[in-house]
Amino acid sequence: MTGPGIEVAGLTLRFGGRLLFDRLDLRLPGGELTALLGVSGVGKTSLLRVLAGFSEADGRITTQHGAPLDGLVAYMGQNDLLFPWLSVLGNVVAGDRLRGARPDRQRAAGLLDRVALGGVADALPATLSGGMRQRVALARTLYEDRPVVLMDEPFSSLDQVSRARMQDLAAELLRGRTAVLITHDPLEACRLAQNILVMSGFPAVLSPVPAPAGATPRKVDDPDVLATQGGLLRMLMSQC
Amino acid sequence: MRALATCAGLVGLWWALQHGFGVPPYLLPSPPAVLRALWTQRGVLSAGALATLAETLLGLALGAAFGMAAALLMALSAELRRWLLPVLLLSQAVPVFALAPLLVLWLGFGIASKAAMAAAVIFFPVTAAFHDGLRRVPQGMLDLAHSMGAAPWRVLLLVRVPAALPLLGAGLRVAACWAPMGAVIGEWMGASSGLGYVMLNANARVRTDLVFAALLLLSLMTVALWWAMDRALRRLLYWDPA
Repeated sequence: MTGPGIEVAGLTLRFGGRLLFDRLDLRLPGGELTALLGVSGVGKTSLLRVLAGFSEADGRITTQHGAPLDGLVAYMGQNDLLFPWLSVLGNVVAGDRLRGARPDRQRAAGLLDRVALGGVADALPATLSGGMRQRVALARTLYEDRPVVLMDEPFSSLDQVSRARMQDLAAELLRGRTAVLITHDPLEACRLAQNILVMSGFPAVLSPVPAPAGATPRKVDDPDVLATQGGLLRMLMSQC
Repeated sequence: MRALATCAGLVGLWWALQHGFGVPPYLLPSPPAVLRALWTQRGVLSAGALATLAETLLGLALGAAFGMAAALLMALSAELRRWLLPVLLLSQAVPVFALAPLLVLWLGFGIASKAAMAAAVIFFPVTAAFHDGLRRVPQGMLDLAHSMGAAPWRVLLLVRVPAALPLLGAGLRVAACWAPMGAVIGEWMGASSGLGYVMLNANARVRTDLVFAALLLLSLMTVALWWAMDRALRRLLYWDPA
């Protein structure tokens, strides 16, 4: 699957008396992952929520072909957002239940195998570790099978090692989709993104930073990754 | 175990007070006198307990059903909530117990007025708890459901209601404790059966031992009801650690 490019034109949004975006224009290349960095409170989540259709704003958001994004977007939030009363498998197919469609349990089981959770399909989320829960959330996102995936710091609650593993898995399984990843972690951006944008100021300005070369997921000790990470961190520190 | 020890201690204290200060039995009967009354008057007491239990269970079912329906209606439409919520809050300014004589007047001396009283007592805690639960669903879950293309009524049924069940459970536990009290207050206002009726009669005849016996049965019933409710809720809310 190759996700469509996304075009944002003239986006204007006020939030809490502040002008977050003033006629913002933005193009997100199709089939690639764009990482969005910036200090807290600068409006990254607001932008993602507008893209996802959760909140309203002035302006136009379409695919590169001019179509609206309705029904094209899957969402991964800051925590795993698993429904605690459903089993792991039930959570993966929750989208079909919520649309009143017949769940495809076989496909869901296949996806659980791909995130190495085939053995716990019937377990309740509360019995899983944070990393496992996040993998269920990834399987649920893949089950939705949408060409666009929007992620708001999906791995921020994990420890370093689980986070690195999760990044490998996500990069492999989301390949070809158009993805936006909000993150506070410069290393995460450098490992996963084809495009890196740093958001700053009111109203926000998005500055592109060249991503490291090479296919994703890039190695954690790749010199180019580490250098870019350092530069990004210095840039973010100078902003607050 | 500790609870039992505390109870035994309290009974001991009661006995010592009654014995030590020579309190006359029509003011404070001794524990053996209460047990004696419990045995000799077992026919009256068990009939009364059964009547009160029936009133309580009916009131519990009615109050819980109406409370849940009110909370669902308010969750379904913000417009409806603006109309209903002030009325509900205002209704709490009227002491529910003051309604008891009216309920007896309207619904008669039978089970209906007592069940209505019990239902009135628990209606608000159930509504408030469930409504609170329905409103406090994490925004992320609602966003997720929205991104999946769910219709609002399915979000209510499949996300908001299950997410609110633990809080509804807290409301129902409170309801299980309060419902017997509602029934007994209904009985005080006019009844021909029930533990409240037994207590009122015994009090008038200065049979304080019988009052205590009825009170003991009422407490046991309330505890049993709470315990049954707790067990049922734990089974139903299998995912909730509380």
